Amino acid sequence: MNTLPQQLANGLFLGSMYGLIAIGYTMVYGIVQLINFAHGEIFMTGGFGALTVYLYVLPDGTSMWIALPAMLIGGGLVAVLIAVGAERFAYRPLRGAPRLAPLITAIGLSLALQQAVFNWYPDAKTDRNFPQIEAGPWHLGSISISSGSLFVIVAAPLCMAALALFVSMSRTGRAMQATAQDPDTAQLMGIDTNKIIVIAFAIGGFFAAVAAVSYGLRYGSIQYNMGFQMGLKAFTAAVLGGIGNIYGAMIGGLVLGLAETMATSYIDGIPGMQQLGGGGWSSVWAFVLLILVLLFRPQGLVGERVADRA
Amino acid sequence: MRQRSIIAITAALSAGALTLTACGSRDDNKGGDSGGKTEIIIGVDAPLTGQNSATGLGIQGGVQIAVDDANKNNTVPGVTFKVQALDDKAIPASGQQNATALVNNDKVLGVVGPLNSGVATQMQQVFATANLVQISPSNTAPELTQGKNWQTSKTRPFKTYFRTATTDALQGGFAAEYASTTLKKKNVFVVDDKQTYGAGLAKLFKAGFTKSGGKVAGEDHVNTGDTDFSALVTKIKNSKADLVYYGGQYDESEKLTKQLKDGGVKVPLFGGDGMFSDTYIQTAGKTSEGDLVTSVGQPVDSLPSAADFIKKYKASGLKGDYGTYGGYSYDAATAIIKAIANVVKDGKIPDGARAKIVDEVQKTKFDGIAGPVSFDEYGDTTNKQLTVYQVVDGKWKAVKSGTFNG
Repeated sequence: MNTLPQQLANGLFLGSMYGLIAIGYTMVYGIVQLINFAHGEIFMTGGFGALTVYLYVLPDGTSMWIALPAMLIGGGLVAVLIAVGAERFAYRPLRGAPRLAPLITAIGLSLALQQAVFNWYPDAKTDRNFPQIEAGPWHLGSISISSGSLFVIVAAPLCMAALALFVSMSRTGRAMQATAQDPDTAQLMGIDTNKIIVIAFAIGGFFAAVAAVSYGLRYGSIQYNMGFQMGLKAFTAAVLGGIGNIYGAMIGGLVLGLAETMATSYIDGIPGMQQLGGGGWSSVWAFVLLILVLLFRPQGLVGERVADRA
Repeated sequence: MRQRSIIAITAALSAGALTLTACGSRDDNKGGDSGGKTEIIIGVDAPLTGQNSATGLGIQGGVQIAVDDANKNNTVPGVTFKVQALDDKAIPASGQQNATALVNNDKVLGVVGPLNSGVATQMQQVFATANLVQISPSNTAPELTQGKNWQTSKTRPFKTYFRTATTDALQGGFAAEYASTTLKKKNVFVVDDKQTYGAGLAKLFKAGFTKSGGKVAGEDHVNTGDTDFSALVTKIKNSKADLVYYGGQYDESEKLTKQLKDGGVKVPLFGGDGMFSDTYIQTAGKTSEGDLVTSVGQPVDSLPSAADFIKKYKASGLKGDYGTYGGYSYDAATAIIKAIANVVKDGKIPDGARAKIVDEVQKTKFDGIAGPVSFDEYGDTTNKQLTVYQVVDGKWKAVKSGTFNG
């Protein structure tokens, strides 16, 4: 059996999730040059928000086809509120302060959010089960797709297309580009940059919530600390693609997902490499790839404008 | 400007440090007056939050009930027992810190735990130096009691370490025998989590399985905390294995089995006692149907001696899965309490009490709720019972109990 198509699909599913989260890192960085390390936790709260809607808002036994949109809206709302709140109360007061200050604030916020869910969300000290779509898996040639994977492979391109349209076509989107290029001039031209920054955080938060719902659907449970590892991987994806570039984030996510999958499946088949392959080494190879890309293209795969960024 | 950033960094760092210390001291014992009686603490170390905590809380609950029973029955006159439970989060370094904290508390005369063999390796020396007895209800790695070269020459590394669970040398062999003889599986894919327990168990299973004529279709390793196993699933599917064996805990295996079945691999996942948890079935749902585990001892739910214990556990609203190690934890705590009864008279703790208690535990012999309790010259239990469980209609069902003689 040729496993390559299935492994490519596996990489795409995983990479789409990374990409969705990476959007949040890259948009915020593109506009305010802040690495929002709390974004992984915003992803996590999106998952718990969606779970809350399912458990406590919807009546018991609601069909997943009805529940899913409600969970997306609820989870998105929670993540957006927390992202926007973080911007308003943690980052905005520090705008103009040395770069290190907001960075450390972000790390502190990340700890605080994680501990808050850990302490106060019912039974969040262990895995919380996430509702599942009881359908599938479907087969496409030799590729088998589970319901959770189907969700992410539909949702991620939709989100990306909507974002691309929004940024390039709408008035607000163009204002966003202008702010990213030069916030001061943009303000002089009458753009409310504060509003633009809030919108960037909100979009990042919503995409993270979509990713969190896919995470819950694919893996069956969510955890208070799930944002740490996923956040780190998504940040890697954003850097890999070229931080500050929204297309780069998605491409970086896909490349990272594919790299991890390929490393798990094929490295240990290479003669002499048996000890260095398999699932336990997938992250190692993903980071080797990151280092190589940064060595030869420090701006990332599709990044640009290194001079006045980074 | 420079000064402001330094202030901001300092503030953020100290806030972070405060958060961390606040976490560490959550379960500290308050101590205090206990009505003229001497207070003795039974320490517990297990993962109480996060990874492995469902089974870890079962250990804490089991000890709590043993201590409540001892207090109610006045097993040791003049003494009130208390439980001090510390959370090791399944991290070896945390276990070592907890061991040090327990050793430094003079009121602690015995410790039950830890859950994970890898954590135990970092705790044993601390307890041995302080002569404090430690009984694990769940550690199964053979080297903990029989030394690094246990296959060729057994030597006991620490005389303060005991366990009520039998070893993986027997568990791995028992599982392999069941897989090849009863299930008639020929081709197994072996996965482990690279931890002391998981990797050791997987290796012993593999050895037993190949010895009885089975083939290993492939092998791979995962990291604890991993969630995406789709690439591994495709590999397993391609290997045409008719059984997947997993050495590790339920946290990863519950996701692995879901992704296996979602990926169209319709073979059961077989694991060890680390996978034997109700949480496993709850999370994996229908995809866990038909999966198998081996676990130590006999099924607690079917033992008449444990009926009272289960009733109390359920009535007390304690969290966690008592089914895996709860009964053994009760017996481990009871062994310590009985030893204390022989050493502490009229509420007076004699000099060198800890060392005397170690000697008393070595001589332990009684019928516990999960089976007879006594220890051999290595500190291993003499009760070598093992049980195979299978998920049938969303519940663990005991399908075979017995012993394994190599």
